[in-house]
Amino acid sequence: MSTPDAIAAHMPESHAYSDAKKPASRLIYWSIVREFWESPSIYAAPLAVAAVALLGYLVAAIFLPGHQPTRVMTRHHNPLSEVYEIVTVVVMMTVVFLQVLYSLDALYGERRERSILFWKSLPVSDGTTVLAKAFIPMIFLPLYGLLVTIVAQFGVLLIATVVVLFTGGSVAMLWGQSLMLTPDLLLGYHLLTVHTLWYAPIYCWILFVSAWSKRSPFVWVVFPPLAIYGVERLLFGTTLFADMLQSRFMGSSHATAGEGMTNMGMGTHPTPVAFLANPSLWLGLLVAAALLYGAARLRRYHEPI
Amino acid sequence: MACIEARGLRKTYGKKVALDGVNLRVEEGRIVGLIGPNGAGKSTALYTMLGLTPYEGELRVLGRNPWTERNLLMRDVCFMADVAVLPRWIRVSQLIDYVAGIHPRFERAKAEAFLAKTTIQRDSKVSELSKGMVTQLHLAIVMAIDARLLVLDEPTLGLDILYRKQFYDSLLNDYFDRTRTIVVTTHQVEEVENILTDLMFIDRGRIVLDASMEQIETRYAEVAVRPEQAAAARALKPVSERTALGRSIFVFDGIDRAKLAALGEVRTPNIADLFVAIIGGQNGMAQGATR
Repeated sequence: MSTPDAIAAHMPESHAYSDAKKPASRLIYWSIVREFWESPSIYAAPLAVAAVALLGYLVAAIFLPGHQPTRVMTRHHNPLSEVYEIVTVVVMMTVVFLQVLYSLDALYGERRERSILFWKSLPVSDGTTVLAKAFIPMIFLPLYGLLVTIVAQFGVLLIATVVVLFTGGSVAMLWGQSLMLTPDLLLGYHLLTVHTLWYAPIYCWILFVSAWSKRSPFVWVVFPPLAIYGVERLLFGTTLFADMLQSRFMGSSHATAGEGMTNMGMGTHPTPVAFLANPSLWLGLLVAAALLYGAARLRRYHEPI
Repeated sequence: MACIEARGLRKTYGKKVALDGVNLRVEEGRIVGLIGPNGAGKSTALYTMLGLTPYEGELRVLGRNPWTERNLLMRDVCFMADVAVLPRWIRVSQLIDYVAGIHPRFERAKAEAFLAKTTIQRDSKVSELSKGMVTQLHLAIVMAIDARLLVLDEPTLGLDILYRKQFYDSLLNDYFDRTRTIVVTTHQVEEVENILTDLMFIDRGRIVLDASMEQIETRYAEVAVRPEQAAAARALKPVSERTALGRSIFVFDGIDRAKLAALGEVRTPNIADLFVAIIGGQNGMAQGATR
């Protein structure tokens, strides 16, 4: 390899492709794949929770007479709606939990374990890395949660079908009453509007703190808002900041699905036009973009902890 | 074109000055040892060259500004810090897939061939490998990247002798081709002594020696002098003096060897002795006193 001929042959070639690069789509693709390798829980945990919920339903449907689909089917509404809702709630709560846990560690862990020195020795920009990391809680987890919920609901329907077959009920009636996609469409709408767009500044705030803090990012996620609330109340006797936070956390369905909905509920009448016309949405997205930009800059400046 | 060129390079952390106006020039195709005591600014100097930290002054690496063009620069530069920086959760196969996915100058076959010579399993996680194996793995990745500059920061720290020897052998035989440039910092100077083409000493943020190995050979001489001739030796203004086995050992800078031969046996000091002579004289005593 180090003979003069080899070097001579090697030289022009190396200059020819010194401008070679991978397309941006490849960089972002592999950066996202890397996140799945690092945190398998982001896809395994919702599946595991759904599996446990299904198992619980299986036991209940067989052994608890009150839950047997044949019994409850006599009523005039979807006999499985309550089970569907439970499955949805447990999967969604897992998703929210993962969004927070993942974001807390996303830009903190690599500095703590010093692997940031390795990642930064590769031709991938800080912006690409931060976008790939923001993709997980903001886009992947809500969509994946929806998918797991739908699959789990289908699992519930299958279990109910088998139980009905064995207990002598009408499968046609069960399917006619239970195979409803409207709740899932509503869930999808809720995830897109609330969990992705409306909550965007919250996830981006956590990512930002994860890029900034030198230790215990969770404390720093919670502490500054608390401090602002305290100082504001003491100095001015007002709670503007707290009200703003409350409307960010709780006002989401209000903003996306008309009046009179429960706070965290999904609502029944999507009002996308009103949602998109809400200036708070756009202000929130602006804040989210600024926080992501800040996170990328911090990653550029920070050395390992 | 110089591979690395710095003029008035400065870096401060609060009040602490890590780099205090460093001037240096590294030509392509050299193997440069950057040697200095702990806290002298070695790692900081490397970090500035790799675009990991902002700095004051002028710095060009392969003609680029490392701070503003880091991701472009990293296509042509490889970096190995001490052994702990590969992510612990990644599997060997994943690491190769990832680098192959994002690095335009990575040749998978080369990495595979190098790994085949080791006992590293493809499905092992980095956390399951020994320190020596992690370094081998990182070296396999680095050697498969057709880079123009390789920066090594204490690459063999904490490795046993066999791995350390292997590391530099592989580097020299399978990687270095006289067109690439290698910059290495290490405390184990005797290991790199025979592979370096250039030597730089850094102390308290300043470059105190910058010379090729040939220049060092002609410039510096070490003479073991019998006590009766010590006064004559001191008259020639040695850089340092120490006593060993009843003789005074002097290191001279720029004194004609023929002149020195009259005092005793003349040889070229090794890097460790030169280091003690140049840097130890200033703060070695102070360090020793605090221990």
